[in-house]
Amino acid sequence: MAAQETETMQERESVGKRLWRSASVPVLSIILALVIGGVILALSGNNPIAAYVALLRGSFGSAEAFGRTLEKATPLIFGGLAVAFAFKAGLFNIGGQGQLLIGAIIAAYVGFAFDGLPFIIHMPLALIAGAVAGGLYGAIAGALKAYTGAHEVITTIMLNYVAINLTDYLADGPWKDEGIIARTPAVLESAVIPTWGFLPFGFLLAVLAAIATWYLVYRTTFGYAIRTTGINPNAAQYAGIKVSQVIILTMGISGFLAGMGGAVETLGVVGRYQPGFNLGLGFDGITIALLAKTNPLGVIPAAILIGAMQAGSSQMQFSAGVPFQIIDVIQALILFFVSADIIVRKVFRMRETGGEKITLSTGWGS
Amino acid sequence: MTSTTVTTAEKPSSRISGRTILIALLVAIGIAIVYYYIVDPTATTSVLAGTIRQATPLILGALCGLIGERSGIINIGIEGQMLMAAFVAFMVNVALGPIMPLGLALFLGVVSGILVGALMGGFLAWMSVTLKLDQIIGGTVINILALGLTSYFYVIGLTTRGKLPTFALGPLADIPLIGPVLFNRSPIQYLAIILVFVVQFALFRTVWGLRTRSVGEHPSAADTVGISVKMTRYMNVIIAGCFAGLAGAYLTLESVGTFERGMTNGRGFIALAVMIFGRWTPLGSWGAALLFGFATALKTQLDFMGLNVPPQLTGSMPYILTIVVLAGFAGRARPPAAVGQPYESE
Repeated sequence: MAAQETETMQERESVGKRLWRSASVPVLSIILALVIGGVILALSGNNPIAAYVALLRGSFGSAEAFGRTLEKATPLIFGGLAVAFAFKAGLFNIGGQGQLLIGAIIAAYVGFAFDGLPFIIHMPLALIAGAVAGGLYGAIAGALKAYTGAHEVITTIMLNYVAINLTDYLADGPWKDEGIIARTPAVLESAVIPTWGFLPFGFLLAVLAAIATWYLVYRTTFGYAIRTTGINPNAAQYAGIKVSQVIILTMGISGFLAGMGGAVETLGVVGRYQPGFNLGLGFDGITIALLAKTNPLGVIPAAILIGAMQAGSSQMQFSAGVPFQIIDVIQALILFFVSADIIVRKVFRMRETGGEKITLSTGWGS
Repeated sequence: MTSTTVTTAEKPSSRISGRTILIALLVAIGIAIVYYYIVDPTATTSVLAGTIRQATPLILGALCGLIGERSGIINIGIEGQMLMAAFVAFMVNVALGPIMPLGLALFLGVVSGILVGALMGGFLAWMSVTLKLDQIIGGTVINILALGLTSYFYVIGLTTRGKLPTFALGPLADIPLIGPVLFNRSPIQYLAIILVFVVQFALFRTVWGLRTRSVGEHPSAADTVGISVKMTRYMNVIIAGCFAGLAGAYLTLESVGTFERGMTNGRGFIALAVMIFGRWTPLGSWGAALLFGFATALKTQLDFMGLNVPPQLTGSMPYILTIVVLAGFAGRARPPAAVGQPYESE
């Protein structure tokens, strides 16, 4: 009811005001996080201004840098979508990492093992195979939650470790390339996702995936079932929604998105699977999803921001001598301020605005 | 779904049968241990000693989790608390080692690890009690922050100044099998076992325990009789943080002897599964932690014996075991009723 009222209120406002209303807290959170990150940099003997300038130059300073930002943002969009989508059903998918790895290695396998297919079939086939594999892997956690009540936070994290071990095994065993390095053979030319100028085609796929996810959540019956389950699973059950099905499917689709992220990265950027691939994406996805206030379309700018920080971090380390791990600290601070928006409002003296409140702690351990 | 299983679990008849199963299980384990000890004494001793070692950070983490959850605060930040404490304990030890006796530098390292754990507990309490942040997100903030800070300040190539040594408990250590496994351990391993019984007693036999449980089960009733829900939760999560801090110090100063990025390797999360498997009780959690410790120790032994199993596959064993255990027990165990809900006094 309250949500409806704010919606009608929002409709009366201009587009600019609405945009500011929804973007103000994330933007101010980023500013606060950068300020505190700067203090940490200064305290540890680095020049924060020089660091941030290098960061900016390395991410938006040239067409090449911007291309790198978009390239970094691509798997992040998928990772952010995976988390944001699961949030809609009240599920916390920390397993983006594992789903991405499974997606990546299956895409790599289809990419190098299926010889003689034309590009128009081979590339999509490898892409979809990776996404489906990620989806099935995600659905495991969904099924465990639906049928046994095992909380997805723990199961998805455990599945991450299993995925790391499993992919390491495959890349060092049955699917190992010739030579001593543990990695798969390079994917064939016909499975490579192309890059146009500085614009990676994978980025366009990610944007399309974001739009499709938004449509699924807000414009379909299934999306309605997901959101109802997220707000109150008991009420959803009472209203005739099959909650256990929704949970399994949601985790499946969430894993599908993460798996596609892994496939796009493998087929478009890395060109093969190698251990240590894109570690940390699961946590990035959480920050991005919350920064986007779990809106699939908001995931795009949020992922570009985090992607820019990652793209610029090597420049920062190179020219300002700052360890790139400071990016993780800033990311955690962003996550903190976005979730604890009450602090942001106090600091900037803002009024409370309506909006979706995220509750994940229901169903813990039961 | 849950409520029906709970009522059946609380029927006296099923509790007796549960106890019978438990005793039968313990007897079976005892017979198996004696059998394997006769067949291969060295391997059996090393696997069992490894079990105690591997169980130490898990039981400490589980105690951290259950002290918080008994008062109604979910803590998925145990992993981050451990990691941060491991790092700070390590750095304090490295910094103080050259200027004071090694024993003192180790002791102060452990103390600072405990304090950091408590500090991060305070941060979690602030987020979940005062700011009323969703507790799962609060824990995630702690995890990411700890990973980022420790990686940023990490310096390659440092090792601890000394390591906490094992010491034998007099003649007890000379008993075959039991001696080397239980009575020839390092300080934090002894301490962890003692703490299991201390927390078990405190939780079920003291005023603090009663207050904690009442706040976790029915906060408004506790509030009515004059127990401060917020204070209790703050205090518990901070005390709980000390346990995670001790686990972190154990990893760097007693177990490994150096710090590596992300060295907790999911132990904080496995600890949560241990807590659930142990039904939110210290003794139950200890049993669960020993089971996980055993799985890890067995994996090490299998790798060592050079069986033709790829190490990546045996490496998954503890994680798969966690999932199986959660799947088998999560639905049946009942968490404290008010867990995860911020309290609003009326």
